[in-house]
Amino acid sequence: MKRRKFIKTSLQAGSAFYLGLNANCRGEDQQAHSTISLKRSTLVEAKSYRIRDTYGKLISSQVEQLLNKAMTRLLETEKPESAWQKLVKKDDVVGIKINCLAGRGMSTHLELVEAIVEGLRSAGVPDRNIIIWDRANRDLEKAGYKIQTNRNKLKCYGNDQVGYSRRLYEFGEVGSFLSNIVIHQCTAIINVPILKDHGIVGMTNALKNFFGAIHNPNKYHDNCGDPYIADVNMLPDIRKKIRLIITDALTAQYEGGPPYMPQWSWQHNGLIVGFDPVALDSYGYHLIEKKRKEKKLPSLKEAGREPTYIATAADKAHQLGTDDLSKLQIIQV
Amino acid sequence: MKIKQLLTRREFFKNSAQLCGLGTCWLASSMPISLLASKTEKDEIYRKEARYFEKLPNRKIKCLLCPRECVIDDQETGYCGVRENHEGTYYTLVYGRACSANVDPIEKKPLFHFFPGSKAFSIATAGCNVLCKFCQNWEISQARPDQINSYTLFPADVAAYAKRTNCKIIAYTYSEPVIFYEYMYDCAEKGHEVGVRSVMITNGYIQAQPMRDLCDVLDAVKIDLKAFTEKFYREIVAGHLKPVLDTLILLKEEGMWTEIVYLVIPTLNDDPKELKQMCKWIIDELGADVPIHFSRFYPVYRLRNLPPTPPKTLEMARDIALDAGIHYAYIGNVPGHEGENTFCPQCKKVIIRRIGYQVLENHITARGQCEYCNQKIPGVWQ
Repeated sequence: MKRRKFIKTSLQAGSAFYLGLNANCRGEDQQAHSTISLKRSTLVEAKSYRIRDTYGKLISSQVEQLLNKAMTRLLETEKPESAWQKLVKKDDVVGIKINCLAGRGMSTHLELVEAIVEGLRSAGVPDRNIIIWDRANRDLEKAGYKIQTNRNKLKCYGNDQVGYSRRLYEFGEVGSFLSNIVIHQCTAIINVPILKDHGIVGMTNALKNFFGAIHNPNKYHDNCGDPYIADVNMLPDIRKKIRLIITDALTAQYEGGPPYMPQWSWQHNGLIVGFDPVALDSYGYHLIEKKRKEKKLPSLKEAGREPTYIATAADKAHQLGTDDLSKLQIIQV
Repeated sequence: MKIKQLLTRREFFKNSAQLCGLGTCWLASSMPISLLASKTEKDEIYRKEARYFEKLPNRKIKCLLCPRECVIDDQETGYCGVRENHEGTYYTLVYGRACSANVDPIEKKPLFHFFPGSKAFSIATAGCNVLCKFCQNWEISQARPDQINSYTLFPADVAAYAKRTNCKIIAYTYSEPVIFYEYMYDCAEKGHEVGVRSVMITNGYIQAQPMRDLCDVLDAVKIDLKAFTEKFYREIVAGHLKPVLDTLILLKEEGMWTEIVYLVIPTLNDDPKELKQMCKWIIDELGADVPIHFSRFYPVYRLRNLPPTPPKTLEMARDIALDAGIHYAYIGNVPGHEGENTFCPQCKKVIIRRIGYQVLENHITARGQCEYCNQKIPGVWQ
């Protein structure tokens, strides 16, 4: 069985059992995270129309290649494993935060998560140190992921599996319990949101994805999520642990979100990677507006749901990143 | 029937301790273990279609229970966190899913003119439709049902337990009963079937039709009027003032016994001008006989930077209410304060003497009159 096929089988719901492989150990012990010299607000967008078969289904190997292209460009390395080694250490416990609320069709794609797991393995992170997670087991299962809790293997579960902190974490208008996955389990987080329209807060991408890390997101959708979404991202345990953001824009949605509405989704066939969540959101917002214009829909501002939280995340009180597209370096590969 | 009870200091503490014990230990001693919902138990058993919502295109719904009118996408919950849109139909997730169940004195609610000295079987579920920065019960009110332990207590069970524990009242309290509306409604109906009354302890943040319908099965309501300015409601409560005032007027129209609690928070809602305006509004719109309780604030949750309310501020607020013509103004959360007692507005004598949640003397006759001067005292006494 090929390694890729194996990961796929183990993650997918319905697979009968899981067999672990030894994490690769190349003996390379590069310093993690400290050699990144790129400007924080550089984004790399990797796109390819070859990632799908004739039926529109994603081809795992092509998705992995696409991710590798984005990673090597962003981290300025020749080999993908070197890129991952710059991001994580072998003894990191890496949480891959995905987004599964909308179920199959508009959740972080399994093929992408497989490719990320491969990347982490190539950097020497053992399977037992990788946790694929979202808000609830139910959401993960609906999206096609299999719940895995064996402590010695690759893990996949929701916050409800391990609960929330009993300490209140506060910033600005937000006061929340944080997922124990964030507080007690992970030393590093890779944020893997999807790009889509949102009926209340305008759009959702990198910043909003951490509503899946707090216990009371229902309280923070007023005023298009502003300033709450920015405030959640200021919580130190989230802010400090994020190593990378990979926006899954393989399929994106410009209207009718957050549930999956196929009539308003499009195959963007792209991955956008970077370190700056505000930059990613600003660029994602731009893509959604562009598509809405093309489809003759009103802008999100005209629709009464301008995602003003993006600008708030960039303001003096937050300084989470850059929201000015003209100041971003967006590299297309 | 005349209730006259005088307690010694020793008896008072003994009774208080017993009552506290009832509250905290009752569940442990009396609740069958099987009632504790296990984590593996299906959430579906607590799911029941909501009463007030409108279906919208694309599987969206609009909640019509509270003034927020949340528009909710498929698979999402409303602001309260306990109502979920499932494929275009709206469901409560907490029907029969009580996170708290205790036996409390009715004075704890507080309701001072409603069967004084009675016990209330008090229940709550997770969730709330506002976000008060000073919430005393935020660990349940701001949680979602799957995040806290709960008991499986369906309406018939609630009525039966109330009866078994000699409670003549079921109180919907602690969190916000508006958000467990269907559960509360059915519990109240079941309670009435076995002769147990129901009281709702609420923020009054509810739409008119659900509140009117609820009046059919309730016997009294206590409203938390959290301030008398829109600014406070917007910034501290995440709500609006007007719907709460509308609910108070509706309750008067319906003839529902109503008391008001005003938690006085230093610097935020203790301006004498604001208090005078509020008291004038109460006199003009509700009348002089609606009791108002000025309660002491203690720093908690997101308002830990403020000091507890000085008793003098509470006395000032009470004086403003009495000067405005309100007949029954109380001071709460200051055990032993004179302002806990009920005074006859006619002869000025103490007709109910209280310490904390204990009724020490009651000089109101079975016909609801002052024992000393026969002045009619508003309330529900028998």
